[in-house]
Amino acid sequence: MSIFETFLNWDVFVRVLPLLLSGLWVTFTLGLLAIVLGLAGGLLLALLRLYAPTPFRQLTIAFIDLFRAIPILVLLVVVYYALPFLGIRLSPFAAAASSLSVVSAAYSAEIFRAGIQAVAKGQFEAAKALSLSPFRTMTDVVLPQAIRVVIPPITSNAINVMKDTALASVVAMPDLLKQATQAQALTANPTPLIGAAVIYLIILLPLVRLVALLEKRMAAAHR
Amino acid sequence: MRPIIRMSGIDKMFGSFRALHEVSLDIGEGEIVVVIGPSGSGKSTLIRCINQLEVHDAGTIEVDGHLVTRGAGLAAVRAEVGMVFQSFNLFPHMSVLRNVALAPVRVRGLSWSEANERAGKLLARVGLEAHAQKYPGQLSGGQQQRVGIARALAMEPKILLFDEPTSALDPEMVGEVLDVMLKLAKTGATMVIVTHEMGFARKVADRVVFMDGGRIIEQGPPDQMFDAPRDPRLRNFLNAVLSH
Repeated sequence: MSIFETFLNWDVFVRVLPLLLSGLWVTFTLGLLAIVLGLAGGLLLALLRLYAPTPFRQLTIAFIDLFRAIPILVLLVVVYYALPFLGIRLSPFAAAASSLSVVSAAYSAEIFRAGIQAVAKGQFEAAKALSLSPFRTMTDVVLPQAIRVVIPPITSNAINVMKDTALASVVAMPDLLKQATQAQALTANPTPLIGAAVIYLIILLPLVRLVALLEKRMAAAHR
Repeated sequence: MRPIIRMSGIDKMFGSFRALHEVSLDIGEGEIVVVIGPSGSGKSTLIRCINQLEVHDAGTIEVDGHLVTRGAGLAAVRAEVGMVFQSFNLFPHMSVLRNVALAPVRVRGLSWSEANERAGKLLARVGLEAHAQKYPGQLSGGQQQRVGIARALAMEPKILLFDEPTSALDPEMVGEVLDVMLKLAKTGATMVIVTHEMGFARKVADRVVFMDGGRIIEQGPPDQMFDAPRDPRLRNFLNAVLSH
């Protein structure tokens, strides 16, 4: 058998492609859900961390630190295999979505916080002097400026979430990687794995380039 | 003249530095008060206490009969007190028009079309109607500060505070901002102005207040303050700023 027949076997690839595509769909849904929930949760955590009364602020800091420290794989395994002993039984998708979202929220929180703190003090003072409410100060004045600054790191974080969805295959979630390993077993050929790797790259490479571009544009805007 | 601002016994500490030392000052409705003094004398801190950008540690402040404290009443007080900043503090991500129209919509409950119309008139009044759709970053410093004045006026405040409004400007732009303020002074507005522009102070002020070391040292009509200063600290200060 030639190296092509082993690793890039066209017949095998065509045969397993539907399986891979169904896996891709799961990966995509999981990633997108975790990104959206992570952004919303991250913004909320950042605001709590900055403006909540002291005990809540300290709780928030502890929460953020905890989920930035724990490896996602460990969290995922705990959520899926340990929580059932407490009567909390999650589907593979729910376990993966919640683990990825919470970790992503913790990272996003620190990014948003840095963005909010980068907004000039005079902006807050002008909003106060105009009698804008704290809510309006955030939505009209502070967040539009903060979010502009954090678009590159937030996009970078979203890429990480998309990549980390592959970890969900350890809790038997039929994502792209899981389907590929199954197809490999089925066909006794590694082509499906190569196919999955290529699909990951096709999706993520443009995003990585996009981050670099955004960073360059930010740097130019600040000059 | 009915006092519209009453400050009595105001103390303000920054750590162990005493920025204000039992300062008392009443300002009448329609009065134009210019506060002068060396850097670090407490002039900015004093006017920033009026709308609570600095929270005073002791003493009381009343604005239009309402006691200024933290809490629910503060928003109402701030709505009646416009402020113009040394560094403009315009919102860089909004058009000039939206900068001016924002607070009337969010705080006064105007519709956007009403607020835009008001903003357009105010921009015309400060000579910037042609720049309404530009962003602050596209304007010169003097133009930005005139937008700052229009933004403060858009709330139709009873009192206007100016915190060194020309100190961050290139010299050739100081005049255009002072002209706008001079016009404003003639409309009967109550204005409290911290500035180093002594010529302007003499022209516009009903009363000049001289501060040093967190205290009011001397106050009076501009002629008396500039031509016949009594306290040696005021005389030294005037010598220093007028001799160059």
